[in-house]
Amino acid sequence: MMEGQVDEGLRSELQRRGIWVTSMQELYNWGRKNSLWPLQFGLACCAIEMIATAASRYDLARFGGEVFRPSPRQADLMIVAGTVTKKMAPQIVRLYNQMPDPKYVIAMGACAISGGPFKQGYNVLKGIDRYIPVDVYIPGCPPRPEALLHAFMELQRKIDEQQLTGKNKAEFLKKETPSEYPVPAFGAHDLEPPANPEVFRPPVLERS
Amino acid sequence: MTPSPYFFLLIFASVALIFPLMPLALAWLWRRFFQPPKPGGAKNATYECGVESLGEAQIQFHSQYYLYAIIFLIFDVESIFLIPFAVAFTGLPFGAFIAILVFLLLLLEGLAWAWGKGLLTWAK
Repeated sequence: MMEGQVDEGLRSELQRRGIWVTSMQELYNWGRKNSLWPLQFGLACCAIEMIATAASRYDLARFGGEVFRPSPRQADLMIVAGTVTKKMAPQIVRLYNQMPDPKYVIAMGACAISGGPFKQGYNVLKGIDRYIPVDVYIPGCPPRPEALLHAFMELQRKIDEQQLTGKNKAEFLKKETPSEYPVPAFGAHDLEPPANPEVFRPPVLERS
Repeated sequence: MTPSPYFFLLIFASVALIFPLMPLALAWLWRRFFQPPKPGGAKNATYECGVESLGEAQIQFHSQYYLYAIIFLIFDVESIFLIPFAVAFTGLPFGAFIAILVFLLLLLEGLAWAWGKGLLTWAK
């Protein structure tokens, strides 16, 4: 049980008597997680799967995420669907920066996670998490709509667990967490910066 | 004492005022107590599909577009006035008939002028 929360047993007992007990935090998170507005942009083949997810057969609307917005001002979820080229990376970071807090990112597919099959390519980013913080990663090439739905549900679970107060409060509520990340620019050989250390640190390989 | 028959208007107006103001006030309070504001350069910048915007939004159209404006008046705006005229044609007094004829004549004059200027020939 989290501190300051209603006791689960008491809650279920009250619920049986027809009284619904909640806290501000739960109400707030419940509202937020069931009304995610994704930013409308697709980069490559994953976008087709994303469109299929939003369409009638898979129906993202069941989870409250069907309102794809053409403007970052009205969106709080960015689904990076597809290969991120180095030419596209500055625009993506800028769009992310222009989204209001709280904002979430789903990296969809192998390319958005790590570069995927094009990782060795000269023009492909080795994962969007080098520039913006990613909340949920979906493996696959491309992931099926069910996988995107699963990621969506994972994100909803994550939002539901975010705390508004206390030491473990959500990152976007902390003053020191940046809302904007450096937009990479074209240098002589590569993007500059090649990686944003505030967001991404390459994993240390441990060989035994 | 019976309340004034217009009293419900006062209630209606105050509800209409409070109903939209309350969520705004709640959102403001929420932001005040929970969410630190994080404005920034890119965040406050004009949105233009993710690229930096160029130039001003308030541009002036070239004066050459006046030709299109005139043609638009003749063929589009005129039809809006012609439809009610046609519907009420049989019941119109003589004065109204003359008035609409004057209106048509003005526009026809514009059409003749545009025709004479060669605006109606298709550009090759």
